[in-house]
Amino acid sequence: MTMTQPDVQALWKYLESRVTAGDRFAGLFATRVADRGPVTLSAHVTTAGDVDTLEAVLPRGAASYPALTPRLGAAFWYERVIHDTFGLVPEGHPRLAPLILPGDPLPRHVEGYGLFTIPHGPVRSGVVESIEYLVETPGEAIPHLNMRVFYKHRGVENRYPGMTAAEGVLLAERTEGIATVAHALAFCHAVERMAGCQPPRAAGLVRVLHAELERIANHLDVAVRLADAAGLAVATARFALHKERTLRLVSRMCGSRFGRGVVVPGGVSARSALSPADIGAELGRLHKSVAADAAALMATSSFLDRLRGTGPLTPDRARQHGALGPIGKAAGFADDARLNRPYDAYPSLAVGSGRKHSAGDALARLRVRWEEVDQSFGLLRQAADDLSAERAADQLLVPCEPADGRALGWAEAPQGEVLYDVSLNGGRIVRCHPRSASFHNLVLMHEVFTGDILTDFPFIEASFGLSVAGVAL
Amino acid sequence: MSIWVLRGLRDGVVTTRWPARPDPYADGWRGPVRPLDSADPADLTDRCPTGAITVAGGTVRVDQGRCILCGRCVAERPGVFTWSQGDTGPAALTREQLVIPELPETDAAVAAARARLAERTRALRRSVHVRHVDGGSDGSEEWEIHALLGPVYDISRLGIFFTASPRHADVLLVTGAGARGMAGPLRTTHDAMPDPKVVIAAGTDAVSGGLLADGEAVTGGVGATVPVDIWLAGSPPSPFGILNALLIAVGYLTPDGKRSR
Repeated sequence: MTMTQPDVQALWKYLESRVTAGDRFAGLFATRVADRGPVTLSAHVTTAGDVDTLEAVLPRGAASYPALTPRLGAAFWYERVIHDTFGLVPEGHPRLAPLILPGDPLPRHVEGYGLFTIPHGPVRSGVVESIEYLVETPGEAIPHLNMRVFYKHRGVENRYPGMTAAEGVLLAERTEGIATVAHALAFCHAVERMAGCQPPRAAGLVRVLHAELERIANHLDVAVRLADAAGLAVATARFALHKERTLRLVSRMCGSRFGRGVVVPGGVSARSALSPADIGAELGRLHKSVAADAAALMATSSFLDRLRGTGPLTPDRARQHGALGPIGKAAGFADDARLNRPYDAYPSLAVGSGRKHSAGDALARLRVRWEEVDQSFGLLRQAADDLSAERAADQLLVPCEPADGRALGWAEAPQGEVLYDVSLNGGRIVRCHPRSASFHNLVLMHEVFTGDILTDFPFIEASFGLSVAGVAL
Repeated sequence: MSIWVLRGLRDGVVTTRWPARPDPYADGWRGPVRPLDSADPADLTDRCPTGAITVAGGTVRVDQGRCILCGRCVAERPGVFTWSQGDTGPAALTREQLVIPELPETDAAVAAARARLAERTRALRRSVHVRHVDGGSDGSEEWEIHALLGPVYDISRLGIFFTASPRHADVLLVTGAGARGMAGPLRTTHDAMPDPKVVIAAGTDAVSGGLLADGEAVTGGVGATVPVDIWLAGSPPSPFGILNALLIAVGYLTPDGKRSR
């Protein structure tokens, strides 16, 4: 539901009251409809079973507006993006440095005797995505960390307008490549909502298969990086092997190791090339070896010592920020879209809410991931069983004539909820605003370095499990 | 710790022996799109979201350096386009060579490029160090490169290693559509590498920019920033494709898949 407020102050006041009442702040962005027209600020808040859009139009020609960040810290990066792209100044913003566009960094955040900055990146050691960390440190402790993500800014959002919905899915798949399926799902859910079409049940099951395999692959990737950071060579190799087997299973099902080309508006493009029975058998083998190696990892005390108490996010901060995915769950704030705003075949599958955690450290995040992996294998088994009960002639695709309008779509990526705000006109995209879980969560890296030292850095970064591609867009 | 010794022995040897021996996964890989010989060129160009399909003089051509493997053309015109089965990664020595069927003037240019590359790769023998730079990727390319370090592909068996310092690097492996913010760091990394060096553009994004090609925030491929020697298509390229490109870079394989030594 879209709710328009008379002015920005009223918008912030209403938004604050919603968040205080227990709803989750899910994003903020600006749009300019006509060339020199007024700018509209749109905020997303979740509510029971849905996501609302709250809007206010700024006066024409406004160069600034009262910032939201002082009232709601979670808007910190969102308002910097608005400043970057529209030149609008959010008055009262605590640190208005450029984020997704290049610019000079501000002076150091903390001052004191012997403090210096270690610039780390954007070309870092190992095979990783480009990002620059400015680590402010007296030598070992990390009192503050700044992140510069603009290096990878690809202008994705500006490429959507003019595309058809069918082309838009292809770009959504490449908006954050390691969460291909989740982004394609969120985009398609928005398009399907406008068109009022309901993908067939068999298609919903195929979507679940791919989404859960993507989750397993991502969580295994985090395990690889954590084991690597701890120098556990065998564990690193074992989890890399399981991840490779997962990606190979996906590629045997659909031809792409990332599930690309599967999700289309109205359903899925093709039946899996493997039979549900074959998928089930392979999953059984995979689950057994992943579970055994995960158990061995969680019994390796030298490894656990590096994670316990490392990079803790307090439950209070997690709730205030609306932390998504495993980062939120590890700190006791769980808002899983599969459970609370279910889509595709999830309503008919037993998702289960999982155990409650509160430690919020790297160890808790890894525990959450292992629980999610178990849960995913359970969902995959159910989906494969249900799929084998469907008849081969069952439809996988319903016609989805794109209708004009605007809608939100979401999906639970391995990193957390992905949210798409899509507007269509005459079958073409007018505007598409993707909000990845990586963007919403990465800013929390600022908060978690209390008491940690430089050698904890790789563990904290790996335990977040985010992708820079989804941040800089 | 002893538990890991036992766990490490669980699955025996999982490492591929490719390229010395064929690998079933590589052979079954659904490669890039190519036009059939019998292709009928009637109204085809707007079927491709990245403009990879062109028709000239009655010949249908696919630019694999632009193809993002969405498969729309194969689904809609099965009589014109097909997947190249078993082609894990079309790697070429000139940008034009990725256009299938080959343009008439390509041969001479490829021969010249091959000679230039051979001269440099003579120096890169048994121990090759690779520096990777992300020039604005979607993140999936990094996963596929990272896979090479795992037990299945294990590139160290071929004497190839990743290095943190460009000073030690022989090969620059670049992914991503050429984000303008990365142009400076990419050029600096390239210039910091000692000669002779080989540059690989890994993936359709790195070759042409893919779906982002015309955007204002990217340069439409990394070729605008660094001189590319090997163009590797794929969205993302498969680990076998990246391995293939690396072996071409060190002069172990030629782009048509032959052992050169």
